[in-house]
Amino acid sequence: MLTKSELQKTAVEMLSRAATTLPRDVVKALKLCKTKETNDIARLQLDTMLRNLELAKKMRAPICQDTGIPIFFVKLGSELELNFDLNRALAGAVREATRKIPLRANVVDPLRRANTETNVGQGQPIVHIELVRGKGLQIDLIIKGAGAENWSRLFMLKPTAGEKTIKRAVLLAIDEAGGQPCPPTIVGVGIGGSADVACLLSKKALLRPLDVKNPDKKLASMELELKNAANELDIGPMGLGGRTTVLGVRIAKAACHTASLPLAINFQCWVARRASARLVGDKMKVEAL
Amino acid sequence: MAKLIDLRPPLSDKKIEELKVGDIVSLSGTIVTARDKAYARALDILRSGKKLPIDMRNGVVYHCGPLVKKTPRGPKIVSAGPTTSARLDDMQIDFVRLSGVKALIGKSGVGEDVASELARSGCIYLAFTGGAGVLASRSIERVKKILWRDLGPIEGLWVLDVKKFGPLVVAIDVHGGNLYLRR
Repeated sequence: MLTKSELQKTAVEMLSRAATTLPRDVVKALKLCKTKETNDIARLQLDTMLRNLELAKKMRAPICQDTGIPIFFVKLGSELELNFDLNRALAGAVREATRKIPLRANVVDPLRRANTETNVGQGQPIVHIELVRGKGLQIDLIIKGAGAENWSRLFMLKPTAGEKTIKRAVLLAIDEAGGQPCPPTIVGVGIGGSADVACLLSKKALLRPLDVKNPDKKLASMELELKNAANELDIGPMGLGGRTTVLGVRIAKAACHTASLPLAINFQCWVARRASARLVGDKMKVEAL
Repeated sequence: MAKLIDLRPPLSDKKIEELKVGDIVSLSGTIVTARDKAYARALDILRSGKKLPIDMRNGVVYHCGPLVKKTPRGPKIVSAGPTTSARLDDMQIDFVRLSGVKALIGKSGVGEDVASELARSGCIYLAFTGGAGVLASRSIERVKKILWRDLGPIEGLWVLDVKKFGPLVVAIDVHGGNLYLRR
């Protein structure tokens, strides 16, 4: 049976890998953008990013000093027996990782602004648990820095607004954010559901690697169109100009009320940190992303 | 992308005037980190006519909240990339005028109005690549002093000796140049 200490150990490893290395698809996308850039300053930014990634990997140091807050997405098999509290195990991992790696202590009370010093607090870490069939367990992690998260947007559009308005709203959000979410960003878009579901979808959409196409053909073509349009805005890496503004757009949708059309946008910075692990036998296996 | 200059604070007005947007520079010497809470406290002090615990005239302020590792030999900065400068927009002009700072290092620039006021105050804005925390930490030779420790390691003032910190892009100069303005 999976033990609490095994799960906690796995989550610490996920946090450590995510903080110090980027998934291959993201590195590949950054390198490709560098070859396509014609703007000298943009190329210098991309070059600095890639150099920093090499250094962080070599020194096992967090890529960015804003080690963000971790968001865990858990797929929990309804037939899996666990004899411990999953939320507490993940909180324990965050505490341990904060001390060991170390991570910057970012979590504060929203009003008093007092730092908990552990990255654990009321409602933190954020854990989304989805019940699925079977005996499996999969944990996906993304790390969100504040620079990108602060540009999140929710639009409750008119139900008849249609695709054109959706695209305009996404591009407007990218334009307004400019260099602040640390472009080139990955832009998560949630369409439909409800206000809360659209926001969750926009963040969950960021889990899909850049080299995995959206299985929904309609959404796949919207993603490509939005990516190309965003890269014409001349925001560029870190907002200093250039054609590398987004690495990709990821869209997810859910059915919604006939009288509403929620649209949420969530940015992930170029330090697009992710990690995944799944249960194999009674051990958790951290995947090489 | 013309010049490759290593700036050494204190920075004279003449030196600042020579710099144009698009110039790539590095920095060697003493810089001070400051962000939201430090700005607020510094403004309280400066507005009441008192002195800051460190003289920032002709100096360089780095918008950064470092990631610090505790070691037996004291705190070691392991990652120290820039934070979003525009968060400080409301305080920026008064801070620069009253402190006498001549260069800000940060990411993503400042609001358009703030940029013009910076230029008028003879202060340039140097962009360092967001997220490049390890690269920045490698240029830190020494932590000289930590001030306002009660604000915590992220928000306190770190007085740092850096060597060839960069590459920094002159993103806002004192002649009206601003790389963040589009179209």
